[in-house]
Amino acid sequence: MNPAGFSEQVRRAWAIARKDIRIYYLKGPVLIFGVFMPLFMFLAFLMGTKQLPLSFLISGLVGMTLFFTATAVSPAIFPWEGQARTLERLASCPVAVETIVLGDMIASTLFGIGITIITVIIGLVLGLLLLDGITLLVAILLAACCFSAIGMLLAVPPTNVPSNIMMLSSLIKFPLVFISGIFIPLEQMPAWGLVLAVFSPLSYFTDLVRYSFTGDHFFPVWIDIAALAVFTIVFTVGTMYLHKRTMPKRM
Amino acid sequence: MTAIIQASNITKVFGKSTAVDHITFDVRKGEIFGFLGPNGAGKTTTTRMLTGVIPPDFGSAAILGHDIRSEPVQAKQRFGVVPETSNAYTDLTAWQNLMLMGELYGLPRARAEQRSSELLAMVGLLEKKDQKVQAYSKGMKQRLILAMALIHEPELLFLDEPTSGLDVQSTQMMLTLLRDLNTQGTTIFLTTHNMEEANRLCHRVGIIRAGKMAAIDAPEKLKVAIDRVHTIEVSFDREVPGDALAGLEGVIGANRTGDKWQITAENRDAVIHSLASFSRQNGAAIVTLNTLAPSLDEAFLRLTQGDKP
Repeated sequence: MNPAGFSEQVRRAWAIARKDIRIYYLKGPVLIFGVFMPLFMFLAFLMGTKQLPLSFLISGLVGMTLFFTATAVSPAIFPWEGQARTLERLASCPVAVETIVLGDMIASTLFGIGITIITVIIGLVLGLLLLDGITLLVAILLAACCFSAIGMLLAVPPTNVPSNIMMLSSLIKFPLVFISGIFIPLEQMPAWGLVLAVFSPLSYFTDLVRYSFTGDHFFPVWIDIAALAVFTIVFTVGTMYLHKRTMPKRM
Repeated sequence: MTAIIQASNITKVFGKSTAVDHITFDVRKGEIFGFLGPNGAGKTTTTRMLTGVIPPDFGSAAILGHDIRSEPVQAKQRFGVVPETSNAYTDLTAWQNLMLMGELYGLPRARAEQRSSELLAMVGLLEKKDQKVQAYSKGMKQRLILAMALIHEPELLFLDEPTSGLDVQSTQMMLTLLRDLNTQGTTIFLTTHNMEEANRLCHRVGIIRAGKMAAIDAPEKLKVAIDRVHTIEVSFDREVPGDALAGLEGVIGANRTGDKWQITAENRDAVIHSLASFSRQNGAAIVTLNTLAPSLDEAFLRLTQGDKP
């Protein structure tokens, strides 16, 4: 057995992911927050925006649910573990920093997918028609990976105070929701808004979800998928590189 | 003897302060090496560099032949770490913590289960294995993290103040376990404040002062090395002339204290031989003969003096 080998490190990342799910995700308040937070935002806009069809808003709700759930807990795991000194335990185990990050990403991806599937089921129960299930599945898988990498990127500043990270996380996450075509269709956005939307991975995911439910889309489907894939790779490589640099500062 | 730890000029700087300043030392296979020093001397920083938790700013460290910077995973696979503060996951049970460690060290599940049962029995926690760690006492947590560090049967064990804050019973249990592990071949690197513990447990000790290594030697050698002039206490079964004692080869002075004589000398070995000859020649049998060495506490204070403002 080569402990530093790729397959062995992936196996150990899976152990970290299962630990994260058990400790941080399978908690009543976390699960409730994951479902209710996007739902309430959706209801607020549903009541305020009468002219948009329900199918448009539910697609946005799915996008928002995955984005918020996949980035809900992961930014705080490093600060929590730093505070509890369990990060030092992991750092002294035969696992690379990249393995720890991958483990946290896997947990956050699975949590995001799980909660989003519940939202999709709610949409279907409400009478929404799913036109392209395969595209929706690919989009959810890809976007869950991408958003969990964003969640880990938010955890890069080497602080062990979770509230600092959560504040930073909110400052970045909420504006992204408003420029990504969730509440305002990309077609109706001003030029400057569209420029911003191009740089948000959430725009492509929302576009794919909308296509899966309504058949409408702003970008070609292959552009949406390619953009999400590129964002996922860039954010994953970026977060691993940055965490490797900042990890010693947490100890 | 094979070196298990080879630290060469390791240095760590935090801002403007040099926490560890070009430290070089070896730890040999099979020994218990005590790493002593006052608070803030750099003990924990050195341990963290050796265990790959933080990188040294300068110098290198090879652990079991693996450079801790270029081959950290290979090195960590072969040692275990017991930090000063328990860092088990408190939301998990003892069993879940051990199984997690088993997975992180790449143990097959069956082997991890077998080792976990053995270790929990060894540290007296088998009956509480399904209890969450948050309900454990400090002593129980410390015993659990020792078990966690041993799950993969490491050749080398790092311990940072393992008995700090423990009651007498837990301390004795911990020390007995460490002695047994060492007897079975595990090399131990132990950071401690407790001189008595170091004196009883360690084959060699290193004393760090203000980030620099002040001394490395066996505890007994270290104790005698700090005094240029040694004291030997001797008593005879009959009266002997003090002038004759003071005139012996190598003796600097002879003072009577009660029924004993305190002899001061530079070379203890030579004086003990002279006293034996003196005893034979004068027909005065030696009743007691003690070499009065300073305690490790005194040696430590002497070697680390000048640290405090």
